[in-house]
Amino acid sequence: MHLIFSKVSKQYPAPSGIVHALRDVSFTVARGEIFGIIGRSGAGKSTLLRTINALELPDAGGIAIDGLQVGGLDEDGLVHLRRRVGMIFQHFNLLSAKTVRDNVGLPLRVAGVKPDVVRQRVDALLELVGLSDKAEVYPAKLSGGQKQRVGIARALVHDPEILLCDEATSALDPESTQAILALLRDVSNKMDLTVVLITHDMAVIREICDRVLVLDHGQAVEHGEVWRVFGDPQAPATRALLRPLQHGLPADLAAQLVDDLSDLDGRPGNALLSMRFNGAAQPHGVSLQQLALLGPDATLIHGGLDRIRGHAQGNLLVSLPVASWQSIKTNGAFGQNFGQKHGADFIEVLGYVPAPA
Amino acid sequence: MSLPPLNKYFQAFFETLLMVSAAALIAIGLGLLLAIVLTVTAKGSLYPKPRLHRGLSVTANIFRAVPFIIMLVALLPVTRFLVGTTLGTWAAVVPLTVNLIPFYARIAQVSLNDVDPGLVEAARAMGCRRRHIIRHVLLPEALPGIVSGMTVSVIAMINASAMAGAVGAGGLGDLAIRYGYERYETRVMFEVIVILIALVSVIQLVGERVSRRFDHRH
Repeated sequence: MHLIFSKVSKQYPAPSGIVHALRDVSFTVARGEIFGIIGRSGAGKSTLLRTINALELPDAGGIAIDGLQVGGLDEDGLVHLRRRVGMIFQHFNLLSAKTVRDNVGLPLRVAGVKPDVVRQRVDALLELVGLSDKAEVYPAKLSGGQKQRVGIARALVHDPEILLCDEATSALDPESTQAILALLRDVSNKMDLTVVLITHDMAVIREICDRVLVLDHGQAVEHGEVWRVFGDPQAPATRALLRPLQHGLPADLAAQLVDDLSDLDGRPGNALLSMRFNGAAQPHGVSLQQLALLGPDATLIHGGLDRIRGHAQGNLLVSLPVASWQSIKTNGAFGQNFGQKHGADFIEVLGYVPAPA
Repeated sequence: MSLPPLNKYFQAFFETLLMVSAAALIAIGLGLLLAIVLTVTAKGSLYPKPRLHRGLSVTANIFRAVPFIIMLVALLPVTRFLVGTTLGTWAAVVPLTVNLIPFYARIAQVSLNDVDPGLVEAARAMGCRRRHIIRHVLLPEALPGIVSGMTVSVIAMINASAMAGAVGAGGLGDLAIRYGYERYETRVMFEVIVILIALVSVIQLVGERVSRRFDHRH
């Protein structure tokens, strides 16, 4: 394992009492992996990320990089460690008084690397991030996406083995976000880089991470492969974070939804079925044939699937006229295997809505 | 007949220039040093030394509290020790310098404190040592403010140098008082005022230019 966290805890004194930023957090990150840490603001993810390069020190527990304990290093040890661990930031943190070239070259310069070597290395990195023509420009003249590219070039200039990303795309527009994520994926492949990123945006996790850790109030409440966590979230915090990406019940239907058939007062109605696919049993997707077994009256009204690391998962909302639904129930088809028969891992009857006029 | 000859103006002008530039050179150097020490010894900064920080801070306040005309007199023994005399242009340089060091230090300190902590964090994360952070992050990022602080300080010092006439230092202020006030030659006073306005304007203009040149924040 490249990175090992064992029972890391950290607390701060605050006016309201002691804040437990991290409580007994343990996990490992493999070499070359893109590892995501997600949580709401104040969940402790920023603190967690900063313990890796000792910008923050834990009160208890330990962090090891390739077996090297991060805690207890002196200034020389820390400087050496930080040259093996690059970091990029939400607000880029570029020096306004230095050109792009000097920003990217600074980590080498303070390490005493010869100027012509610095120049070559900076040129190579600016080429990698696609900013060769901006070398002599000051950061203020760049767009957000370009600034983050400079940040990435600067973080990679020492040829590190780990890259830490602190909300690297949170200040960017959607298009730049996609471009930066693609660049991160690209450099992590090319340079065999272990990437640890923190974000509050599940879409970022879905886009590039291999595994994810969910932090809530300083505790690791869930962690595992991204497709598993997305397909079958366990912790309430994970579900809350996933909600914006999921196809929940649309508001207009939710307003009309009743739990019991009798509440429809004899009007014609539809049953609403929510089908979940977690990507484990049928990673390749949903068979239309199996879906069709719901009958000719079944209507797909809302939903979608996402393919994450080769696992199709998501949820579909199906409406079925009450009569058809009742015949399925009286036939005894709605039993243990009902979901499997239709290719879903889980089917739930949400309730009934009046049929559209 | 009681109007001063032209060379009196030149002499006074150069005395002012000499006093102010000598004092500014020393005071800005030492003031900047003091500002850096104040900044990095603060709690949570690069070299946290809260006691040293508080001691320096209180000392700076004490010196800033004393009015210049009083400091001029109070520092006489120090002046005699340093320049061997308590009279003349060089004797005025001592109180001017002592007066300006904490003034400039406070202005520079504000600029240094305004440097985004995120930049310091980024520098630490890239493996900068603390001295690198002072040299490559704090000073260059605060430079526009440090330079405009110099402008403010030099102009404040031209002001204060007028009082240096009290120790026989000469200078423009002294000329204005001697002829304008003591001999009722109002014209001389106005002429001196015009010269001072021109001098201050030029310094302000140059200061702004230089400061803008170092400012790449926008």
